[in-house]
Amino acid sequence: MKPFTIHRGKTAGIDRANIDTDQIIPKQFLKRIERTGFGQFLFYDWRYLSDGTPNPAFELNRPENEGATILVADENFGCGSSREHAPWALQDYGFRVIIAPSFADIFYNNCLKNGLLPIRLDKEDVRYLLRQSERADYELTVSLEEQRVFDDEGFSRPFDIDPYRKQLLLKGWDEIDLTFVYEAHIAAYERRHCPRP
Amino acid sequence: MKPKTIIDKIWENHVVYREEGKPDLLYIDLHLVHEVTSPQAFEGLRQKGRKVRRPDLTFATMDHNVPTVNRFVITDEVARNQIAALERNCREFGIPLADLNSEEQGIVHVIGPELGLTQPGKTIVCGDSHTSTHGAFGALAFGIGTSEVEHVLATQTLWQHKPKTLQICINGRLGKGVTAKDVILAIIGRYGVGVGTGYIIEFTGEAIRRMSMEERMTICNMSIEAGARAGLISPDETTFAYLRGRKYAPKGEEFDKAVERWRALASDEGAKYDKTIEIDASTIAPMVTWGTNPAMSTSVDGVVPHPEQFESKTEQNAVRRALEYMGLEPGTPITDIPVQHVFIGSCTNSRLSDLRAAASIVKGKKVAPGVRALVVPGSQQVKKQAEAEGLAQIFIDAGFEWRDSGCSACLGMNPDIIPEGEHCASTSNRNFEGRQGKGARTHLVSPVMAAAAAIYGHFVDVRQLEAEPVC
Repeated sequence: MKPFTIHRGKTAGIDRANIDTDQIIPKQFLKRIERTGFGQFLFYDWRYLSDGTPNPAFELNRPENEGATILVADENFGCGSSREHAPWALQDYGFRVIIAPSFADIFYNNCLKNGLLPIRLDKEDVRYLLRQSERADYELTVSLEEQRVFDDEGFSRPFDIDPYRKQLLLKGWDEIDLTFVYEAHIAAYERRHCPRP
Repeated sequence: MKPKTIIDKIWENHVVYREEGKPDLLYIDLHLVHEVTSPQAFEGLRQKGRKVRRPDLTFATMDHNVPTVNRFVITDEVARNQIAALERNCREFGIPLADLNSEEQGIVHVIGPELGLTQPGKTIVCGDSHTSTHGAFGALAFGIGTSEVEHVLATQTLWQHKPKTLQICINGRLGKGVTAKDVILAIIGRYGVGVGTGYIIEFTGEAIRRMSMEERMTICNMSIEAGARAGLISPDETTFAYLRGRKYAPKGEEFDKAVERWRALASDEGAKYDKTIEIDASTIAPMVTWGTNPAMSTSVDGVVPHPEQFESKTEQNAVRRALEYMGLEPGTPITDIPVQHVFIGSCTNSRLSDLRAAASIVKGKKVAPGVRALVVPGSQQVKKQAEAEGLAQIFIDAGFEWRDSGCSACLGMNPDIIPEGEHCASTSNRNFEGRQGKGARTHLVSPVMAAAAAIYGHFVDVRQLEAEPVC
């Protein structure tokens, strides 16, 4: 996993609640057996018109959002299917951070496993960031070390993250390698509860 | 001793390692695998030269991509590759697989219980959000992403923080024509798609106790649509009776011993939950969704709402957008919505009792002109049994298409797709934009409501219909 320490980038806002993983990456793109190359399909049905041309009304197609690396959206972002293709697509498109008042549980975990940082902020702060995101020149800095989101204009907010996940993200560690450290505990558990046939 | 919930008991039984400041390392008893969310996990193992720790606790099938007309002719090359990859991976890593030739093949959440792999007290995971289905047996079952699939394959464990507990108690009895599907849609409709976020739900109460295992699976299946990590129901005699004699369930004396253990798992009298919601079963009517998330629903005798009825600007905008997508005018009675497609299937409602209930409405009648209706049994075993009982013939005589098992039009990863702009009465679990096909307009309903919509060409209140005995 790519480590995440500090990131500064442009924000893009999609002012909708309950953005589900079927929108983030529609099912017709889940048949590939690779982990890469999903960015071209991100928000496919919203992003493109029926004739395959970009839909000018869709937020990410607006010129002011070009090159954005921080996505801001309303509550329950990532609800629905467990498809990890959703964070893969967001990341491959160029996003490093997603900010919302709340996230669906499986999606939130999937992001953390891939070095894509999901940040929960209060509803009013998210509204502020959604408004700021309409500007082409608005940038935000996210420091995972300090657990803080701030801009150059005086906005600064702390955010919560599980300390264990934070360490993994900062170091970019492979979780399976870490779990192997507890191999003796797993083997002992298996002897007691779940012997091999 | 302090009374405990079943959630506390299963959790404590599975802690492999615990340390301050870390999630618990939980042991996983059963890992179900399907073709869509596993290839990258197996590839990860190969790249690092890792093995599958417990192939004996892992079970695979293919369901999402499988064609339901001729399952052996997969014209989509990418889909074919994905199915071939699962076969290859199972062979290479020694994982049992119910493949397309197997009589045991079916939707992963239908075959787990059917084969008796799903048992009370187990921790069960699968790279699929509807893994919550298995909670019906008093198992702690939840969906995971592909990275976690890889982690479980390699270590048979997961690092997990214990979620909070939410009790949803359904008091009293359900009325005629009101099903488990209506109960879960009513819960989500009343309390929202985020009510379960951060929680594991335990469903309790008389209405739940009176339900069959298949009805309980429908309820737990859609816990994820309420945002919950998992949903479960304490096991009881109904659970044990269902499991007796199943292929992978304990046999003979072992079964009786297991029942004693399982019985002790049920939540103790007086156990504390972080939150409790109580619902009177008699207030629940047959439900129909009118929007693009499962909370956007009303009873069949209701009307499509006005956006102004909703409090926040965000909600009003979401409703406006949903109605535009669905092509519905505020104030339209639900029973006036025409239906061009009917889909009876999915991990929510494709089991034998679902098909029996639907057939009881269909028997002796014909599908309305202009309606295309599909029945997709959840597994090959369900299919076989439904054919033996004569249910298949009832559907075929009425003009339904009778298909092979798979996920089918629930998400349209196979050729079963609902065309743009058409309304589909669907027994599946998600009415998201584009879920059943780009521009498809999904209405989530119970099997009897879907069957009735097929016959009449629009939604009808099943409470006013007479069901015919079918078996």
